[in-house]
Formats: sequence, structure tokens, C-alpha cells
Amino acid sequence: MHPLMQAFRDAQRDGSEDLGLAARARPPAPARTGVTRRDVLAAGGLVVAVGGWLPAAASAAGQASEGSAAKAALEPNQFVSIGSDNLVTIVNKHHEMGQGNTTGLATLVADELDADWSLVRTEYAGSDVKRYANLAFGMQGTGGSTAIANSYIQYRTAGATARAMLVSAAAQAWNVPAGEIRTSNSVLTHASGKRATYGEMAAAAAKQEVPKAPTLKTPAQFTLMGHEHATPRVDSASKCNGTATYTGDVKLPGLLTAVIAFPPSFGAKMVSFDASAARKVKGVTDVVAVPEGVAVVARNTWAAQAGRNALKVTWDESAGAQLDSEALLAHYRELATQPGTPFAKPAPGSAATAAKSVEASYEFPFLAHAPMEPQSCVAWLHDGQLETWAGHQFPSIDHQLAAKAAGLPMDKVKLHCLVSGGSFGRRANAWADFTVAAVNVAVAIKGRAPVRLQYTREDDMSAGLYRPMGVHAVKVGLTDAGKVASWKHTVVIQSIVAGTPMAMMIKDGIDPTSAEGVSPTAYDLPMMDAQLHSPVLPVRPLWWRSVGNTHTAYVMETMMDKLAQAAGQDPLAFRLALLEKNPRAAATLRLVADKAGWGKTMPAGSAQGIAFHESFGTAVAQVAEVTLKDGKVRVDRVFCAVDCGVAVNPDVIRAQMEGGIGFALGALYYSEIELKAGRPVQRNFDQYKSLRIYEMPAVEVFIAPSTAAPTGVGEPGVPPLAPAVANAVARAGGPVVTRLPFARAGLVSA
Amino acid sequence: MTGVSLNVNGHPHHVDADPQTPLLWVLRDEIGLTGTKFGCGIAQCGACTVHVDGQAMRSCVAPVSAVAGRKVTTIEGLQSRAAKAVQKAWVDLDVVQCGYCQSGQIMSATVLLEQNPKPSDEDIDLAMAGNICRCATYVRIRAAIHAASAQLSA
Repeated sequence: MHPLMQAFRDAQRDGSEDLGLAARARPPAPARTGVTRRDVLAAGGLVVAVGGWLPAAASAAGQASEGSAAKAALEPNQFVSIGSDNLVTIVNKHHEMGQGNTTGLATLVADELDADWSLVRTEYAGSDVKRYANLAFGMQGTGGSTAIANSYIQYRTAGATARAMLVSAAAQAWNVPAGEIRTSNSVLTHASGKRATYGEMAAAAAKQEVPKAPTLKTPAQFTLMGHEHATPRVDSASKCNGTATYTGDVKLPGLLTAVIAFPPSFGAKMVSFDASAARKVKGVTDVVAVPEGVAVVARNTWAAQAGRNALKVTWDESAGAQLDSEALLAHYRELATQPGTPFAKPAPGSAATAAKSVEASYEFPFLAHAPMEPQSCVAWLHDGQLETWAGHQFPSIDHQLAAKAAGLPMDKVKLHCLVSGGSFGRRANAWADFTVAAVNVAVAIKGRAPVRLQYTREDDMSAGLYRPMGVHAVKVGLTDAGKVASWKHTVVIQSIVAGTPMAMMIKDGIDPTSAEGVSPTAYDLPMMDAQLHSPVLPVRPLWWRSVGNTHTAYVMETMMDKLAQAAGQDPLAFRLALLEKNPRAAATLRLVADKAGWGKTMPAGSAQGIAFHESFGTAVAQVAEVTLKDGKVRVDRVFCAVDCGVAVNPDVIRAQMEGGIGFALGALYYSEIELKAGRPVQRNFDQYKSLRIYEMPAVEVFIAPSTAAPTGVGEPGVPPLAPAVANAVARAGGPVVTRLPFARAGLVSA
Repeated sequence: MTGVSLNVNGHPHHVDADPQTPLLWVLRDEIGLTGTKFGCGIAQCGACTVHVDGQAMRSCVAPVSAVAGRKVTTIEGLQSRAAKAVQKAWVDLDVVQCGYCQSGQIMSATVLLEQNPKPSDEDIDLAMAGNICRCATYVRIRAAIHAASAQLSA
């Protein structure tokens, strides 16, 4: 279990296995996303968008999609309803940022319900912790690759409940035993020839008792889960025709746009500002101080930006003047030689006599998440209430902090949770930075109109909330026989959770997100002797897709290759010897080795590299094939084996592995935020380069068959990629890179 | 008369905007066509790609005055056979993840196939190099362009 999940579980007052399925009656004001088609039709079929907007309801014929059924005739719980029009609506309690959980959660329900996938529609839940909590967290939020894992039984039960009520209604109507009724593709049938669609039976089903514990299918009975091509993504159509609604696309009457002049450096304080020129820019309506800086509000985005350009702000930057990446790195290197707080101690008798040792130190830069959609949030104060629209990844935190900023009780605050243009961790932060800032602007203009706070790319990339920079120092002793005799490991990195509500995760001075991947590790290393330093900086750190594993996997897996080489062993064999107690990990490694033809002869200048890492309960092994030419690296192909338990949507799993590989490769090649005199140097994609299509390797994904409960796939594809590539580069005769990114070593053109 | 006249998706528009306003913000804020996305503002990511007289253009750096009197097509106005093949292939292969860059990807891919119905991998690399996808859906973008190409020649 991921430490975040563990911490939230520990913090939960009620540790029962309650699935939280609510009674069928819905609260009077369901906190759903915007005005739904159902609301509109219920209002008499008049299509209006006053004070709201319409989610993408359009869909190609025969395609499951976003949107909702016309009328809920049967609504046994907060996750599923069936309309008299035969459409099934499934509510996603999680944030969809591209990882495919909307499709996944709908699959869980639809499979148990025996629904026709083409009749499935999906919606996004608003903030409502009572009904839509992440069962792994005890609050509403998405992260730690938990969306499918925490919902697996809950959503299946929701679907099975609806099915049982339909069957019960049919049994009553047809006067036959329930056990004789079959369900398939949203149709109920009986051997007598009786037949009804779910839509036809929904109203009668609503009068049936809600079963407390409906029987769930065995994996062998699944008709959608694990079946190729059975569940195409529900969000493809809207994202291919421009109708998907992201925060910036929300339309409200009189909507204003704001940008904020943020502090130019970390720790900077505003001294004064002169708004006279800014106010003269056509379209600018307000220039107001907010806790974050100075907000320029305008009738459109361009006027807001032009107004900000004309604004004169005097900042006191003395606090961050000394903040410099190179100086910080020197300090971290020094810290790595000092004793830290232990997070793994050698088991008694585990240490052996070392015949030789391998030493290495590693240096990792700050990383920005840089999702395609820069942060933004719409906030509207009206009638003593606050509404927000955003890619709220932690609705419970955003809700609480938005209410606080607005000075309103939480029940006067309603969050509309929209899809986002990526996150990679950025939108899940304890400060709810863009939500709170938008509310502050709304308060500053006294709720005169709804306002959208828009971060520019530079605002987003300069905001901190980075994967923190870090240093690892490692010294491993090997016996004469080439076995690990001792392992000394020191990590220096900011704590991600210190000073936040998630600080409860810190145990005995150790933030587990700094240590995960070193300890715990999938390998049998009882001699591990590891220590941590957690320096404090004025730059906010944040989880970045796969969190601590972003750096620990690189260290552990490149060390494995160095150790194998020192021991004169094959890198795969060396790893397998350390995985004798972890058959699942070993099987994943063997699967990828088999598919990649590990050990095969490669052309001159090319080599394979292998890596394995387990994170968020999912085992992933990768083999990268690289070519070195004129000192530059090209990754030709990546083989990827993944064991994530039941493969709910195999194609979504493949997509997450493909995307995780490309995301990790771009970071390995280029990504670094440098600090100079307190300011981030890289502020847009011209300097913070991203992987482009011509650099993307071919990817082949192999999913290990499993009937175990599913684990996550959003993050685990990331960690093994960088070390697999680095190991391949070294085996191809290139340098062993210990300071990232590769651009620093000249392996790619910066 | 102040402002700028332009043709978007076959419809004439007159907008009262500073001529230097990037086309992107005129499309999004004035005309209400929000399928075209803001990603970087400096023509680095391609999320804002539209067609101007059949050529791909980064609308975040194109002043609206530069497209006065010209034919602008956005994701909402795609009509060509190539465009429909691209959109179908994108859905068939479930290319999208977060989806935010995909309007721009589809606009770039459409121009590519309109001008070169049978692109090689190198042609695809060249035509799509200006479009970043942080979800890294590149494997499927490539496959979808090939699939759309096959559909066009079928």
C-alpha cells in the first residue's frame, strides 16, 4: 500500500469496510458538474445555459460517452442511474486528467450491471466527501494511482445493486424466479420468451428493495473487464471535436478574466504597485491586491495580460536572493556525507564481509509538472454562495480552502469538478494554490461577476510546487561471490508533506515519499542501512508522477547494473537472485526479458538496458533499446511488462505505460528547473523542453494475466524508464549518467 | 469601422479587438470557439493550432490583423475528408488522454494529410514536431495518422 493511502486510512475515524453506497434518494441539490442534460430536460426540455453550461453530451452513435441519461427512473446509489430512455449514467467520483479512470469506473459498474457499453454515459461528481470519498484516503481526491484500486468493489457493487433490482422487478412482473432471469447488454430475458430493456424495467426496479450485499461476479464471469475492445474510452469523442469542457472553456454571463502579477522570486514580498498605466488598458476593469500578488481583471484574457504588462510592481526580493541551484547542490552534497535520520537499519546478522565495494552519488534537479493546460479556476461569488469550476484533483482540500478564502461555511461553497489538461501531481496540492487565488480575486472584486483566474505558462512553471531536487550517496559492498554484503544509502531531499495536512505521513522523522523505492524495495536487501536529510526551502515541493520513485528507482536500478557488472553477472540474473522472495516481481522481469529477447546480439552502437520497479502496488519491468551515434542517444524501442492485478481496461493500461514512458523520457533528456537569485530560470517550453514525437520510441506493452484486485497504472510506468535507458546507454559504451538530465551530459541536444 | 473582420469556419465575424490581439484569444474570448487551446503563448507547444487558408498556424502568436479577410478553420469547423478520417482514426485508436493538446494535434495532422495523403514516419515527425503532448500519446498519434491515411486511400 502506498504510504499516502496508509496515512489517510490511519487517519480515518471509521476504519470499517463500509463502501459508502448511499440510499437511493439523492440530496435536493446534487453537487454535480454544471447543469446536466437531465436538469435541462427536467426543466421542460428547454435548452438553457443560464448560470451554467452544458457538458459534452454529444456522442457518436453506438459509442459510450460523457453526458447523462434523460431521466433517472432507477437510481439505487450515488454512482449509477438508469433512465427510461435506457441510458445508464455513471458518476465518476475521481478527477479525470487523462489517465482514463472515467472509462475504468464506468467499466466496473457496467460489467456487474451487464449494461450495453454503447448506452453508458458518464458524469463527474462535484465536491461531496460524504458520497464521493476516495476510500483509500478518507477524503475526496485522486492520486497515488488509487482511482480504480479504491473503487474496485464499491463501483462493482453499485452496478450489481442496480442489476439485482432490475432482476427482482422482472421476476415480480413476469412471476418467475429471479434465478431464471438472464441479463445481457442492458436487456432482461427469461426462457419463456419474456424480454425487457433496462429502461423499460427501471421504474419498476426503483420500487424494489435495495440489496445490501449483491453477489459480485468472479473474474471468469467478467464480460467487459479485461476484454480487448470492449470498452473504448468514453472521453475520446469530446476530446477530438473540441467540445470537451476544460476550465478555460466555462462560459458564464459577464465572465471576467484575471491574471496575477506573482512574485518574481521565491520569498519575494510586494512593496508597492502603480496601477495607473494598467487601468488605462482597454478592457481592464480592476487592478487589485490579493495575497498572491496583484490581480489584473479584464473583459478578456488578452486585455488582462496587457494590463499586467503595463503594471508596475516593486518587489523586495532579498529573502530569496541567495537561493541558487548550484549552491544548493553543493550544500546537499555536503549533507549527504553527514549522518541523517535512519529509515532502514540492517537486520541483525544480515551484513557480510565485503570483498569490494561500489560507490556512486546521484544528483536530481527540480522538475515542473508542466501539464498542457496551465492552471486556472473560475470563481463566482453570488447570493451568499461561492461556486468554483476547475480541475479539482483534491476536491476536499480545495473545498475547505476555497470556503476559508471566501469566508463562507463549506455548505455555501460548491465545486464543479472538470476534466483537466493533465496534472502529473500539479493539481493535487495542499495549498489549492490556483483555487484559492481565484477565490481571492473574486472576493477582491466583491463578487461583481464570475471571474476566471488564468495562469500563463510562465506563471505555472514559476510557481514552485516542483519535484524537489535531491542527492543520493550510495556505497554497496559485494562478497567474493558477488552477493550484496552491505548497503549504505543516504538521501537528501525536501519533504513533500512536511508543513501540510499530509504531514501525518511522517513517522519517526521520515517522510515515506522521500524514501519509497529505497525502503521499502522489492529486492531482498535486509542489510539496507539508509538515512535521510530533509532540508527546508522556501520553494514548495510537490509529488510529481510517481513521487519518490522518480529518483529512487533511478538510483536503485542503475546501482543494480553497476553491481552486476562488478560481480561479473548478467544484470537480469543479478536482479532475479535478489527477488527470490518476490515471485511476482521476478515474473514481471522474466516476462519483459522474454519479450525483448534479453541478451540478443545488438547492432554496433546499440544496446539493451533493463530495469524493474514496483510502485503503488504495481510491478513494472522495462527493457530499453538505445543507439548511440556521434555521442547522442536515441531510444529506439521500449518493452514494458506490467502486473497490476485484474486488467480492467487493457488498452487504458497500455496507454498509461506508453504515456508514462514518454513522460519519463522527456524528463530524463531535458527537464530541469534551475534557480538563480531566487528565480526559476526555465519558465516556458522553449527552455523547459518536452519530449516531441520524433523522440518517442516504439513501445510494446505486455500485461501479466492476474485475478488479483487491481492496483494503479497512472504512475508506475514512469519509474523504470530512466534507469532502463541509462543502463542501456552505459552498455552501449556511453557514460554512466549520475546527474540528470541527460542534456547536462551532452547526450541529447539541449 | 474599428476592429477586425475575419472568416471563421465559413462564417464572417467582425470583432472589436486590438489588432495585435492574438487570434487565439479572439477565437476563444470574442467568438466563443473554445476548442482551440492555450498552452504556452510562444508557439512552442502547438495546442493553439488552427488552419489559415489551409495552412497550420499557431494562433497564440498570430495577431488577428494578420488573418483579416482570410479563411480561418478551427477544430469546430473541420469538414474535409482528411479531417474526418483523422478524427475517426483518433477515436478508433483512443489516442487521447487528457486531450488538451489534441485539437492542435488533429489540426496539424489534417493539414499533413491534405497535402500528403501517404506520409512516411519522417513526414509525420516533421509535420507533428511542433505539437507537444505531455501525456506522450505520440505512439498513437503516429498510428492514427497512418490509419487515417489508409482510410483515405481505401
